[in-house]
Amino acid sequence: MTIQQDLQQQVQSAAASRSPLVICGGNSKSFYGRATSGDTLSLDGHQGIIDYTPSELVVSVRAGTLLSELQAELAKEAQMLPFEPPHFGETATLGGCIASGISGPRRPYTGAVRDFVLGVNCINGKGEYLRLGGQVMKNVAGYDLSRTLTGSLGTLAVLLDAHLKVLPRPPLETTLLQHCSAATAVELFNRWAGQPLPLSGACYLDGALYVRLSGMTEGVQAAVNTVGGEPLDNATQFWNQLREQQLPFFSGETPLWRLSVPAATPPLALDGAMLLDWGGAQRWLKTDLPADVVRHCVTAAGGHATLFRGGDRDSAVFQPLQPAMLALHQRLKHSLDPVGIFNPGRMYPDL
Amino acid sequence: MGVKTIITQLLAQLPEHCVLSHTEDLRPYECDALSAYRALPLAVVIPETAEQIRIALQICSEKNVPVVARGSGTGLSGGALPHSQGILLSLARFNRIIEIDPQNRTARVQPGVTNLAISSAAAAYGLYYAPDPSSQLACSIGGNVAENAGGVHCLKYGLTTHNIQALEVLTIDGEQLTIGSQALDAPGYDLLALLTGSEGLLAITIEITVKLLPCPEVAQVVMASFDSVDAAGTAVTATIASGIIPAGLELLDRPAIKAVDKFINTGYPKDAAAILLCELDGTQADVSAQIERVERVFTEAGATSQQISRDEQERQRFWAGRKAAFPAMGRLSPDYYCMDGTIPRKHLAKVLNHINTLSEEYQLPICNVFHAGDGNLHPLILYDANKPGELQRTEELGGKILELCVEVGGTITGEHGVGMEKINQMCVQFNSAELQQFHDIKQAFDPDKLLNPGKAIPTLHRCAEFGAMHVHHGELPHPELERF
Ligand SMILES: Cc1cc2nc3c(=O)[nH]c(=O)nc-3n(C[C@H](O)[C@H](O)[C@H](O)COP(=O)(O)OP(=O)(O)OC[C@H]3O[C@@H](n4cnc5c(N)ncnc54)[C@H](O)[C@@H]3O)c2cc1C
Repeated sequence: MTIQQDLQQQVQSAAASRSPLVICGGNSKSFYGRATSGDTLSLDGHQGIIDYTPSELVVSVRAGTLLSELQAELAKEAQMLPFEPPHFGETATLGGCIASGISGPRRPYTGAVRDFVLGVNCINGKGEYLRLGGQVMKNVAGYDLSRTLTGSLGTLAVLLDAHLKVLPRPPLETTLLQHCSAATAVELFNRWAGQPLPLSGACYLDGALYVRLSGMTEGVQAAVNTVGGEPLDNATQFWNQLREQQLPFFSGETPLWRLSVPAATPPLALDGAMLLDWGGAQRWLKTDLPADVVRHCVTAAGGHATLFRGGDRDSAVFQPLQPAMLALHQRLKHSLDPVGIFNPGRMYPDL
Repeated sequence: MGVKTIITQLLAQLPEHCVLSHTEDLRPYECDALSAYRALPLAVVIPETAEQIRIALQICSEKNVPVVARGSGTGLSGGALPHSQGILLSLARFNRIIEIDPQNRTARVQPGVTNLAISSAAAAYGLYYAPDPSSQLACSIGGNVAENAGGVHCLKYGLTTHNIQALEVLTIDGEQLTIGSQALDAPGYDLLALLTGSEGLLAITIEITVKLLPCPEVAQVVMASFDSVDAAGTAVTATIASGIIPAGLELLDRPAIKAVDKFINTGYPKDAAAILLCELDGTQADVSAQIERVERVFTEAGATSQQISRDEQERQRFWAGRKAAFPAMGRLSPDYYCMDGTIPRKHLAKVLNHINTLSEEYQLPICNVFHAGDGNLHPLILYDANKPGELQRTEELGGKILELCVEVGGTITGEHGVGMEKINQMCVQFNSAELQQFHDIKQAFDPDKLLNPGKAIPTLHRCAEFGAMHVHHGELPHPELERF
């Protein structure tokens, strides 16, 4: 029996006995989302790159493959995952990366995880093997379910394989640093983003603005003059630590909130420590404020807030949905996972 | 329900000028740009407010009457083909740009706004909307979302799905939902992805927030000729392999070059077997460096001549031929049929050669003008619908081409959608479990199957019949084919 058949069978028998499954890659992101419980469905054995032709800019990978292993293979060909995914641990797998849908600092400029998912093979809640999307750049046959599965935290299907678009690594990257207020930083981020500059990262922390430029040497050098600031040494380490939440800002036990807001939103009046990333569109807040205070402020700004780390993992970790929207989510979940066995409650209590 | 009753109901609740029901008024709506498929709806509703759409939907929902949305009707797969027992819902009067937010680089627009109008309005801020279907002067942004439309510049900037941020939609029972958000993501499932490309089967889009990008400082085009399609195909692969993502990379083969040249004076090299148009954009420094590299790659791939646009005027002239390709075909042949498969780029030469063989076999000329950079083929089959049996032969040939795309690991549609046209080929690309899953998704949005019924996803019954027919004719090469 192949691993795929074995997994299908596990799903089928779980569905028959209506017993929940906790889908598990490398467990590196088990802190994320709401608490869930059930029998472990492990993708551990389902590893390896299925197909990689660099000139196609497409790689097909099994979900249990280590993210680090995949990235090392791409690096050999001077290519990369354009969404710069955080690992949050050495055991991170590609499946977990897609299921959590978390993108890194490059996201506002090159795109999110979902933007690079061309197709997936998966197992639905009936234990059926489905091929959704494909391995070509443009494909509008059938509903775009593979992108919908991205970020669904394993609540809709078991991800087996993914076809991803990859991009060439920029030949040159430079990071510049300047000191300014948070309000000025937001203004600068968005002024720059409105100009044809090769931006690939923009964050603000402790009075300092960091901007990363990536591209061909000529273009980056020209942009350095436009943007201004001091070159940052150890820039690679800085962006890695930002992405992996290893900067001192992220340490300690205070709950960490992720605020997703329109990029040009002025600094929000919320008590706590704030780090701006994604050119202002993603903000990290460390605070003990109650959830409704945080959400009230962020919603007013046109965004939403996630209790990313810490706090009460049985509470509403993700921004609650309007009743009609929740009902649609439930129907959608039902269409893929009719008995409700996949990661129940990981995203929302009734999902 | 009777025709009269539904029209009476609509007229009772909507202004008279928003409901058309006389045959001569319905005529202009009987087809989209795939004019081989025609049907008259019971009525055409052209609402002016969201509330009127909601009322129309509620009436249809209560009376179990199908609803087909229509933007500008430029679709090439019969997506906006009316349902003979339903109403056609035209979004044409939703043509307002509501707001441009230069700081956040977004525009909120109504669905009937044309694609090009968005970029025109954003130009004042040095911004534009990236996806640029060739039909951008006419096609609506609502239609673009429904088809996940692409264009020449999608190689670098992505498709519609990569360039929108939020939708306001009405479900068939008249419930308004916000999909996505004004931020870069939204809580819950990525319904924005699911709705994009859903061909009007899941909900009616009544407002769209699109992302705007800064206009590039410069754009230049390299035009290169090759003495074989194979060499041009190699050049495409080699360009991407060299680490460059051009803004656009388009291929015209000899029949296409000839056709275009008869139509307008392009200055395209007439003796070439294929030409590539490769656009590079960005800052001047970047573009110059990239052009140098592309020229080298093209030379190595065997380019017989190369020209670089020296100014904006010349760049436009290089593109003029590509843009005139469709009208040029119209001049050359009474009818033409545009296919839309996508394949892995590495199979370009092989597939183009196979298409040539099919063209000879069916005695129908084929021109190729297409988005080579992302492997999205647009074989144009030239035919004459007045010759008995020729349309049928054309469709059969088209079907073969699509099946060939699936066979090499591609798809039956890259950007035009399945609609009515490719409904049978869906049975080749997907198996029963997959198709059933799509129907189940539809069920979650539209349990009574009233939105654009019969399109995009074939019934299993239909596939069984198609399969039987196909095997009977001994045509389907590998019925058990896997896509990957
Ligand atoms: C000459 C020519 C060139 C073309 N070039 C390209 C190209 O380069 N790239 C490309 O991708 N396409 C191209 N197309 C195809 C076509 O223009 C696109 O598919 C376009 O997106 C259709 O937009 P429309 O407004 O005309 O939609 P319509 O044809 O009116 O409708 C298309 C589909 O969208 C649905 N729909 C429309 N509006 C809504 C709404 N508000 N809510 C829900 N559903 C809705 C309809 O029901 C239908 O299923 C071309 C067509 C022509 C004629």
